[in-house]
Amino acid sequence: MSDRTKGETVSDSPALAIEDLHVSFSGSGGSGKVRAVDGVSIRVDPGEIVAVVGESGSGKSVTSMSTLGLLPPTASTSGSVRVGGVDVTTLDGPALRAVRGSEIAMVFQEPMTALNPAFTVGWQVAEALRLHIDGLSRKQALDRAAELLETVGIRDARRRLGQYPHELSGGLRQRVMIAMAIACEPKVLIADEATTALDVTVQAEILDLLRDLRERFGTAMLVITHNMGVVADIADRVVVMYQGKVVEEAPVEELFAGPRADYTKRLLGAVPRLRPRGDERTGEPAVAGEPAAPGEAALAIENLVVQFRGKGGAKVRAVDNVSLTVAKGEVLGLVGESGSGKSTLGRAAIGLITPASGTVRLLGDSLTGARGSALRRLRRRCGIVFQDPASSLDPRMTVGDCIAEPLVINKVGDRDERVVALLESVRLDPAVRLRYPHELSGGQRQRIGIARALALDPDLVIADEPTSALDVSVQAAVLDVFLELQARLGFACLFITHDLAVVGLVSDRVAVLNQGKLVEEGPRDQVLFDPREDYTRRLISSAPVPDPVEQRERRARAAELRAARD
Amino acid sequence: MTVSAPLMTEQAPATTAAGPYRRMVRMFLANRLAVTGLVILGLLLVFCFIGPLIHHTDQVHTQLADATLSPGTRGHLLGTDDVGRDVLGRLMVGGQTSLEIGIAAGLLATLIGTVWGAISGYAGGWIDAVMMRVVDAGIAIPALFLLLVTATILRPTVPVQILIIGCVSWLVPARLVRAEALSLRSRDYVQAMKAMGGGHGRAVFRHVIPNAIGTVVVNATFQVADAILLIAYVSFLGLGVAPPKTDWGGMLSKGISYTSEGYWWLIFPAGLAIVLVVCAFNCIGDGLRDAFEVRLQGR
Repeated sequence: MSDRTKGETVSDSPALAIEDLHVSFSGSGGSGKVRAVDGVSIRVDPGEIVAVVGESGSGKSVTSMSTLGLLPPTASTSGSVRVGGVDVTTLDGPALRAVRGSEIAMVFQEPMTALNPAFTVGWQVAEALRLHIDGLSRKQALDRAAELLETVGIRDARRRLGQYPHELSGGLRQRVMIAMAIACEPKVLIADEATTALDVTVQAEILDLLRDLRERFGTAMLVITHNMGVVADIADRVVVMYQGKVVEEAPVEELFAGPRADYTKRLLGAVPRLRPRGDERTGEPAVAGEPAAPGEAALAIENLVVQFRGKGGAKVRAVDNVSLTVAKGEVLGLVGESGSGKSTLGRAAIGLITPASGTVRLLGDSLTGARGSALRRLRRRCGIVFQDPASSLDPRMTVGDCIAEPLVINKVGDRDERVVALLESVRLDPAVRLRYPHELSGGQRQRIGIARALALDPDLVIADEPTSALDVSVQAAVLDVFLELQARLGFACLFITHDLAVVGLVSDRVAVLNQGKLVEEGPRDQVLFDPREDYTRRLISSAPVPDPVEQRERRARAAELRAARD
Repeated sequence: MTVSAPLMTEQAPATTAAGPYRRMVRMFLANRLAVTGLVILGLLLVFCFIGPLIHHTDQVHTQLADATLSPGTRGHLLGTDDVGRDVLGRLMVGGQTSLEIGIAAGLLATLIGTVWGAISGYAGGWIDAVMMRVVDAGIAIPALFLLLVTATILRPTVPVQILIIGCVSWLVPARLVRAEALSLRSRDYVQAMKAMGGGHGRAVFRHVIPNAIGTVVVNATFQVADAILLIAYVSFLGLGVAPPKTDWGGMLSKGISYTSEGYWWLIFPAGLAIVLVVCAFNCIGDGLRDAFEVRLQGR
């Protein structure tokens, strides 16, 4: 891969050279001096894409921030960061601003907060230009802005210039961010989790765009990500970081084919992969793929419609005439992109949102008509696990109180014993019950969420993206706990996620949701490996797999699919 | 290059073991101004409630022979007032009234406001609309006006004053807590509790109010300070507690009539006491805000 840059480079000097970088933060909240980055050296040649991977706390974002001198004043740095031969760590004020944007630019994770909601897109792109090019008139700047938007693949660029960030989709906003970043043709582009907040289909398009920009402008890129699929898709070379240190550095194919460092092996081992399960779990007859009859199902949703009031009183159908059943003891994976209505469906299934029409039956009893104590009796047979472990536990209650809450509400005795048993079942030390949620890690908190959901021995568990906020190695451990408990306790589960590999791991059957409508439903292997619908096919082909060779083939196939659609 | 504060490093082990409350105490104690406020308040409480046990004075009968003695004469450290009562002793007794009414009324207002606001914000919809319009209407009427009207109708004893001030000043905390409740009611832990079969009462009292407690406590201190000021106004206008009882506002009002004679000791001690107690409560409120505001921690 590295010979790709031959001929494009005039000199042998790297576009970006980080040498022996140390960054530490002086204590926040009384936690002493924290070493975030500990002797990191990374070199990016012109036209090369280097991915920095690591889990949260590995120091990868701090490294990327230091390249633009964006670290907060509490940080102390040593070492050098050379951009085109200039050490940015020694610069400040106007000299630093001159380097930012024109030599090195950055694309952030969350395009909504990185764009100013009070100004039009055109104004903001033009502003980026006028900051660096003297004597550019407003008109010229806008013309150039339109060109830039076209460069990043935005159709109808003239009209888009007059729009505000909230009028654009997440993918378009990220394209605008990229347009601003490349406005002054920087030699180095840093993409810090630039596709993390996006849906897989949009992510695939943005990754295509980045590749295209590299081909056309020879831009060197440093891609910061935690997603091994993204790495396999885009990187030439990979730097693996762990606790502030570089543990391994290798060309992408070498790294995936034969990781050397223990941490890399563990990291790659934890990434869920989409593989056909075959006849592994055929011991359970209820799971053979035939939807159960509504009477005996754990959850039966029929013609469910959920409406929200949108702009100007117009009604938006978040869930549009969906029928689903989850048999007893079965895990139904519900997949969809953001805005597909999958979370709404999950909440309606447990009565947290009132549907406009349609019925929900829990274990044969109608939930839609139930009120007051009848509703509460039904609900105690369900548990729910939320996505964000930080907000699903009351910060003012101890872990023990959080888990005991369903027991208290439903006046079940033997609370202490039960809490200890539950904590043990999610493989946590029972002593944590005396601590507060903020003292625990995200993975531990999510296990507590699972323990709470299981406190009343539910027949049905709704799991709403339970592992999306977690690092891969933590995700693997939490999924492991979940699967073990499901097999042991035999509860039915509606498992909501956007991650196809996770769905492949946990579910017996899979349902695909798009824009509130049910696209496809069927046995796991059939939906994931032999999908009948175009949308499902596109969704599956967009999800990058953590294998550079396979990913290249998939990319080609996805491009064909797109071409066929257009 | 910044140097980390050595103080922070020493405290590092404590963070992992301590619950949120112990951490808050530490944050509060780190705020010098708040600690000063707490000390001033403590001294004032001792002065008003324990002081009279040491410094015996007759605050009921008038001794016209001893009227308007200047400070320092014959055991009257701060002199005497226009009817011969010891000013130091009177400052203690008057302080009792001011602090009792101020603290009790402030707490009452906070209690009513918190419950009202939490229910309103949690319920949403038309219930919220009606409850908040009541608050709007209440705010539209000046509190001082209500106080003066009721003071002319009812005999202004201490409990009556507490009730009146409490009932006119719960509006602001109600608004604040409602704003908190609006965001708290959609938190996942409230949703999770509902999914477990929990009722609205539990949601409001177990989740919404405890999580709004930072706002509530901080506001309570300001409420107390406001109530002390309010009661001082009312007394200053001559509609405070009936003689022979008095409060700091009443003392000031009396003292003002003698400004031209130069009896400064009738004005300054009471005025200073009001300023001190209000400042003390505001400083404590600031410290509490630091303690509760997690995002500001470590600055």
